[in-house]
Amino acid sequence: MANLKTSEKKSKAQSMGMHTEVLTGRTQQKFFNPDEAENFYYFGTYDVDFNKRTDLDVKEMSAPEANKEIDNLMSQGYGTIVIKNPQGKHSLGVGILNKLNLIFEGSLGYFGMGSCDGPTVRINGRVGWSCAENLMAGKVVIEKNAGSCFGAAIRGGDLICKGSVGARTGIDMKGGTIIIGGDAGAFTGFMMQRGRIIILGDVGINLGDSMYDGTIFIGGSIGSYGSDAVDAELTKSDQDWLTRKLKVAEIGENFDVSKMKKIVAGKKLWNYDNLEPTEKKGAI
Amino acid sequence: MCGIAGLIHRGKSSNVGSELQGMLQALKHRGEDSTGYALYGDTDGENFIMRFKVGENVGEGSSSIMEDVSVYDERKKIVDQYLSEMGARVIKEERTLPYSLRYEIKYDAKDLLEFSQKIESIPGVEILSMGKSLEVIKDLGNAKMVCDRYSLDKLVGTHAIGHARMATESGVDIKSAHPFWGYPFSDVSVVHNGQLTNYWNNRRMLENKGMRFMSECDSELIAVYIAQKMREGASLEEGMKSSLTGLDGVFTYFVATKDSLGMAKDTMAAKPLVLYESDDLVAMGSEEIAIRSVLPQEIDTYDPFDGEVKVWQI
Repeated sequence: MANLKTSEKKSKAQSMGMHTEVLTGRTQQKFFNPDEAENFYYFGTYDVDFNKRTDLDVKEMSAPEANKEIDNLMSQGYGTIVIKNPQGKHSLGVGILNKLNLIFEGSLGYFGMGSCDGPTVRINGRVGWSCAENLMAGKVVIEKNAGSCFGAAIRGGDLICKGSVGARTGIDMKGGTIIIGGDAGAFTGFMMQRGRIIILGDVGINLGDSMYDGTIFIGGSIGSYGSDAVDAELTKSDQDWLTRKLKVAEIGENFDVSKMKKIVAGKKLWNYDNLEPTEKKGAI
Repeated sequence: MCGIAGLIHRGKSSNVGSELQGMLQALKHRGEDSTGYALYGDTDGENFIMRFKVGENVGEGSSSIMEDVSVYDERKKIVDQYLSEMGARVIKEERTLPYSLRYEIKYDAKDLLEFSQKIESIPGVEILSMGKSLEVIKDLGNAKMVCDRYSLDKLVGTHAIGHARMATESGVDIKSAHPFWGYPFSDVSVVHNGQLTNYWNNRRMLENKGMRFMSECDSELIAVYIAQKMREGASLEEGMKSSLTGLDGVFTYFVATKDSLGMAKDTMAAKPLVLYESDDLVAMGSEEIAIRSVLPQEIDTYDPFDGEVKVWQI
């Protein structure tokens, strides 16, 4: 693996006094070392038992208090947690980097389940703006509607909304899959870079505007295409994948995927396929 | 960012003052420079209710210039004199604060434009609202502070809209606070969350048509824009639909009249709005927690799409 610590080359930025820090962080040095098994887990994660279940009523709690209590319960080995009375509070369930079965009996406000990596979540209600932003892995299922910026910048995992979603769904997404059972608003897939979006219903104006890469599948009508978004052929393997994905997501039973439209980026960027720094480390 | 909230009861009245206070207080993190209420109370519909100010709140955080309270008294005297000259009879007078007054007026109005221009020709005097049901109350501070200051929690009516403001485009003062009265239309009010980018072009055009602006707050443009459309014969809904292309920028706004409440969202859907709709109640706000303050049980809500306009009747 590359030894970042020994890099002392004076760059133009350093000569301008902008940055002289030597990178020594855990993620830079150790996290991706496949020889050390324990480093496949995040610091502070817990070994939980999915059969160990508890309820947590957050009606009288602030979001930080509720999130801290979820962390506390995981530390006690609880692998299934049912959250009662979320009542539209913001930022619930954020930053969970654990395998966990999490169920919300009600609706969430903004930034629900943000920056998570691993949990399986079911929300028996609605979610506000920016649900599951930056999701790395796991599965989040919303039984009702969702607000705008649904799945912003996700990198992995499955994000499923059985109702309709607002504008800018999948904005800046870099991986993973977003599945919408109903309709979606304007600018769906805005600046998306990788991953897949599936909308079974109608979608608003400027679909896939400025998208770099990735694929969007639409079952209903399209308000208008954004710049750089173009139609592509829906292949047999696309249809097989869609059928399998919808089945796993428990959504769109008997939906005729052969009639879906496939939208991709119509441009090719220089150096776009270069690996990200983390991917380079994984490949070493 | 700012927060807006509104609700309309269909077929019945409720304690809308207290309900709106709860909704706006839930949104106080979106801004508490000022808070404003447009409340549509149960009245006999005989007399006009005029809410007006003869000065500004110069308390902590205000961007207004300090004035001697005696100036307020002088202005009030001139208002009383002008009302008398125009044949308007004051039935009831309340002075909640030195700078804030509420008059019930018997006046056979043919033209509120002429009436308002006369009253507002007095320097420092602004009519906050004029109507037979509408009362606009706005002041510095969060929802609870303003509600307590004006004893709004007991007001019973059919519908209300309100605004929690974080000052960005103009100063921290009452004249820049929402809601804005749809001058010179009786019982029309507006609240807005967002920024309008063609404010000055529209303002110049509307001023040339005789419309008046009291502040430099871009949100006031919505009230004036829709009022002008209605002057030209458009319905409220037609005026709101026209605003989607006539106004540039990002916005979600509410408009209320004596018997209806409407919402409009810009074509980019850049500003939030969550909506709950049932047969007897419509409640909406910038965030779901506002609706939760009046409906704590599990409910179905949704975000209206881009370019959407909706109007509900009481």
